[in-house]
Amino acid sequence: MLKTFKLGGVHPAENKLSADKAIEKLPLPKSVFIPIAQHIGAPAQALVKKGDSVKVGQLIAKSGGFVSANIHSSVSGTVKKVDLALDSSGYPKQGVFIDVVGDEWETGINTSSQLFEKFEVDSQAIIDKINEAGIVGLGGATFPTHVKLVPPGGMKAEMLLINGVECEPYLTSDHRVMLERGAELLVGIRLLMTALKVNKAYIGIENNKPDAIENLKKLIASDSSIAIVPLKVKYPQGGEKQLIKAVTGREVPSGALPISVGAVVSNVGTALAVYEAVQKNKPLIERVVTITGKSVEKPSNFLVRIGTPVQELIDAAGGLPEDTGKIISGGPMMGKAIASTDIPVTKGTSGILLMPEPESKRKKMKNCIRCSRCVTVCPMGLEPYYLMTVSDKQLWEKAEASKIMDCIECGSCSYTCPADRPLLDYIRLGKGKVGKIMRARKQ
Amino acid sequence: MTIIYTVVALSAIGTLAAVILYFVARKFKVYEDPRIDQVEEALPGANCGGCGYAGCRAFAEACVKENELSSLFCPVGGNDCMGGVADILGLEAVKKDPRVAVVRCNGTCEHRPKTNHFDGAPSCAVAASLYSGDTGCQYGCLGCGDCVTDCDFDAIHMNPETGLPEVDDEKCVACGACVEACPKTLIELRKKGPKNRRIYVSCRNEDKGGVAKKSCEVACIGCSKCFKVCPFDAITMNNNLAYINSDKCKLCRKCVVECPTNAIIEENFPPRKIKADLPPKPAPKTETVVKTEAGTEKSNKPDNIEK
Repeated sequence: MLKTFKLGGVHPAENKLSADKAIEKLPLPKSVFIPIAQHIGAPAQALVKKGDSVKVGQLIAKSGGFVSANIHSSVSGTVKKVDLALDSSGYPKQGVFIDVVGDEWETGINTSSQLFEKFEVDSQAIIDKINEAGIVGLGGATFPTHVKLVPPGGMKAEMLLINGVECEPYLTSDHRVMLERGAELLVGIRLLMTALKVNKAYIGIENNKPDAIENLKKLIASDSSIAIVPLKVKYPQGGEKQLIKAVTGREVPSGALPISVGAVVSNVGTALAVYEAVQKNKPLIERVVTITGKSVEKPSNFLVRIGTPVQELIDAAGGLPEDTGKIISGGPMMGKAIASTDIPVTKGTSGILLMPEPESKRKKMKNCIRCSRCVTVCPMGLEPYYLMTVSDKQLWEKAEASKIMDCIECGSCSYTCPADRPLLDYIRLGKGKVGKIMRARKQ
Repeated sequence: MTIIYTVVALSAIGTLAAVILYFVARKFKVYEDPRIDQVEEALPGANCGGCGYAGCRAFAEACVKENELSSLFCPVGGNDCMGGVADILGLEAVKKDPRVAVVRCNGTCEHRPKTNHFDGAPSCAVAASLYSGDTGCQYGCLGCGDCVTDCDFDAIHMNPETGLPEVDDEKCVACGACVEACPKTLIELRKKGPKNRRIYVSCRNEDKGGVAKKSCEVACIGCSKCFKVCPFDAITMNNNLAYINSDKCKLCRKCVVECPTNAIIEENFPPRKIKADLPPKPAPKTETVVKTEAGTEKSNKPDNIEK
């Protein structure tokens, strides 16, 4: 019997169309737009100005606080301007425009594909290196990794959980990383373990990726400190709290951090970035992005420089299919439709999904029939129908009392609703409002 | 016989209960100022919350409690109603100009081309939390009608042709519900003006001129022309956006003609004489006047607009 989390969950069609496509390097774009806020927390402070020439890996925006991250240039060339432009948040954000000239790397970065397995650095050195390299959680939440590795006062990490679940339909970037870059990934995991001073790591992988499980098992061989935990396929298993429950059986209390049960969760992409930062001195300037969709000519996994316009990926995958109804940044469950193809790939972009018209269209909202399916599937044990109503009626106290802040925005409720009610839309709205009220109260 | 017993017994219980209730009511009577009822009677009873209190009763209580009425005003009832309240309480009412809601966006489907289609929940608040909007302008009306839903007086409606909400002057009581509802803060309560005549900048776009103009034909491009032409200092410029202070505006309409993008709107004025149709009038006159203050700015701005 495979492990999984208990409460709720759904199983949408997997549609992993690009699962057998090897990671390819996307040709360099002509120009990039690198937003200075690609992470949760304070935006970084731009260090370059119009006319400056930059190299690949050069620091172009300095972390704006503890919960923030450095931003590095992903290309070499000249800075065209520092200005506002649309990013995947849907609003214009400050960022650096760079016209690409050649591909000149900053000195000190190792660009070879050689594997550096040995390391003799201590915990603090690794954390500093991660901080310097601007690494954030690459699963999509983009929380600065160095913050995660320093547990708040009194708490101690017992284990590291590596998230190789990739429960979102369509997306395959983590799958390919585990398959093709397993050895480097394992070094990254060992580095993270050293940083956290733990001696046990678990890699949670859903059972629909048997080749990845097989590959990593082979690479781990006799190392007993890293264990692979095959999991039953169920969405949203990649959620931090769900993964902890599935792998360890522990439950993170409402409002608490995973560290309160002794766990720190990191994505496989993040672990790979840690390897590259510590062993090869390479900051986070590229990531694997899946470009996929049912009508896409060549669904692929590309290694993309941060800041590349989405249009370049679409072109590389065979162009925009005619029947495209929505371009989604991320997966179909948690991703967000984007309004323009000029939007850049950022640290949090795990995939671009081109959804055909009939499927992408939302159905007309009907009345709630009180079937309670949303309650059944909610992995956090909430009552989505109720949260939607109180958010719509602006009853923020009731929303707070009903634990609206526990919602992980997985979208299982909206997915399952037979009346096609936009439950998550309203819950997200309420979450924003309640969060603001709670922050104001603290001050 | 049984029936008689029953009737007698029940009547006895009833009488006893009535007597007890009478004494209890006497004993625990809560004194309430009778004027609260009177004031509440004088109020419109819309319970809209436009005064800032939770309904008319709460407002009446506040009126009775206060010693003066300067901070209390019922926008629905207006000066007449507040005069009545003042009479009841023997206080002096503060007269306020009647106000009305105006929508400061003129980005109709024609003026402001759509760049994408919003498919989410039909609510402006939801749309605003997700992205900047379905046109190039991130400040403009989202068109989902949260203001219409929140209006208790049926005074604001979406015009299907323009995709923008329109306020019914007659019905609007300036309670401010739509102002609260609009996530883009487009709606403002402005002075109703004599004969309902009003002039306002119908735009909230804070982008630079070129960017604003690209996304919407009638956007305020921050050229400051109106600012310079206004003889009453009623116009202020902030973040590439002009704003007309309705307290200072004398409705001379000079700015309306001056605006190169027609972002300034005049309402309920009689049609102009033909003279006004002429393109920018003797500009040199105003230019020389301002040059002393903002010479460099002046020489730059018109060029930008030409481009």
